[in-house]
Amino acid sequence: MADSDTLNSPTRRDFLGKFTTAAGVTGAAAACWPFVSSMNPSQDVLAKSITEVDLSNIPPGGMHTVAWQGKPVFVLHRTEAEIRKAQSSPGGLAPEEDGRRVQKPEWLVVVGVCTHLGCVPNHNEDGWLCACHGSMYDTSGRVVRGPAPKNLEVPVYSFEGENKIVIGKA
Amino acid sequence: MFKQTIDWIDQRFPLTSFVKHELTGYPTPRNLSYWWNFGFLAGFVLVLQLATGIFLAMHYKPDAALAFDSVQHIMRDVNYGWLLRYLHSTGASAFFVVVYIHMARTLYYGSYRKPRELLWWTGQILLLLLMAISFMGYLLPWGQMSYWGAAVITNLFRATPFIGDQLVVWLRGDYGVGDATLTRFFALHYLFPFIISAAVVIHLVALHSVKSSNPSGINLADKDNIPFHPYFTIKDMFGLGVYLMVFCWFVFFAPNAFIEAANNIPANPMQTPAHIVPEWYFLPFYAILRAVPDLIGGVIAMALSVLIFAAMPYMDRSRIPGGAHYRPFYRILFYLFAVDILVLGWVGSQPVTNTTVIVGQVATFVYFAAFLALPFISKIEERYLMSRKLPPALKSLLDAQGERSAK
Repeated sequence: MADSDTLNSPTRRDFLGKFTTAAGVTGAAAACWPFVSSMNPSQDVLAKSITEVDLSNIPPGGMHTVAWQGKPVFVLHRTEAEIRKAQSSPGGLAPEEDGRRVQKPEWLVVVGVCTHLGCVPNHNEDGWLCACHGSMYDTSGRVVRGPAPKNLEVPVYSFEGENKIVIGKA
Repeated sequence: MFKQTIDWIDQRFPLTSFVKHELTGYPTPRNLSYWWNFGFLAGFVLVLQLATGIFLAMHYKPDAALAFDSVQHIMRDVNYGWLLRYLHSTGASAFFVVVYIHMARTLYYGSYRKPRELLWWTGQILLLLLMAISFMGYLLPWGQMSYWGAAVITNLFRATPFIGDQLVVWLRGDYGVGDATLTRFFALHYLFPFIISAAVVIHLVALHSVKSSNPSGINLADKDNIPFHPYFTIKDMFGLGVYLMVFCWFVFFAPNAFIEAANNIPANPMQTPAHIVPEWYFLPFYAILRAVPDLIGGVIAMALSVLIFAAMPYMDRSRIPGGAHYRPFYRILFYLFAVDILVLGWVGSQPVTNTTVIVGQVATFVYFAAFLALPFISKIEERYLMSRKLPPALKSLLDAQGERSAK
């Protein structure tokens, strides 16, 4: 390779030097990927992705908290009064119709993780209050007082018969 | 025989010259007060945390099913396990006490000023590392406060644009804080001491290059410097004795003073405690986070509240040498800031009510206003001091400074 042509061609040497450096940097960056990726959820964590809930033993006004993907999910059996209250209000800081947040008006299913910094809000007669930083949600899980920026997330779920829902399956 | 051994080493490794240069001949201002002890004390606390941490790791199990019980095992069954754990948990708080005093001294005496900017910034990096390592260590006992503290802080990364949600899952290795999170926090909690030790070496290299500042704020003449050893090794040892008396009082008589009661309940991902508070050393920053009624704004304000210290060398525009002792306006600002931090700390420890929200917002405003006012106040103060009669010695010093910069 080191013939007179190569030695006398500084631009070619320059190019080869830069190209080699670029290839080396790209390779080194690519080699980091397995390490970065190893920190993502592992297969067994991903497998925890559906949860079945039996609704028959939740009385009107009652709420069950179930674990889904390691997070709490609130399943609230809303009373007539709560449904009326939710439907008559357009929502607070992030307006959204109640009808778009439920599949059946008497069942509200929301991820019980405050959209601010991830605490589990406490249920009360008006909805939920997050004790960590004071965010409030109404009986549709919509945020009515900050600092939380968004409504409580509605997970993907489906009814299997009258008395069972499967969270994590559309 | 001893001399021969030393000679043999010196021909192969600069032992004697190193000791002479950095210790027995290292010039140190003779007027250093006890406020200059805290850098050494921080180093001592680091070594004690390393030692107790390594021995705790021999008995601790970083597994969500075993972690809580393994801490109880350390407390009850391991010989002197209670001592190791209380030294380590109290040591974490002691680390922040010592480092905060060390920083307060730097701010009061203006030690961050030219030519010590890099020394100050490497110290800032050490503070960030200390915050990270103590946060990760706090998850390890796997109690309710551990769990929810980690949940809240990892959630802060949701404020990252575009990839926030994925980033949080990646950090945790799970959709919530879980076993994967605990195990990696343990691994990183064991890794960080190495990084911190390296950063300490860099901090010390910077220190030994620019040398210690001193209460007068001017560079002393050679005759006013004395060797570090034996004069300041003795002074540091005395300070260490006083420090150990206070530290041991907490370790032996009030070891739970820094442990939240709720952390004696095992972590429960389904139930947040009614009132979660971070460790005391994060309270002022936590109050700033809560003062902004918006996720991204709050995170930015909190990050700025820590990082803004780095700008001190440029925000302080006064040419008057010396610290707050010689600078009436700066001194007022310093004490105002100190009181403001205490107020923020109190706000951070309280549940959210209308009163605490307002007090927190006012205190947050004062916090940043104090920084932003500094460039103007320092300049006004300089003019004020110049307009009065300066002592001749100071006048000639300032003139000399002006000539040097003019050249």
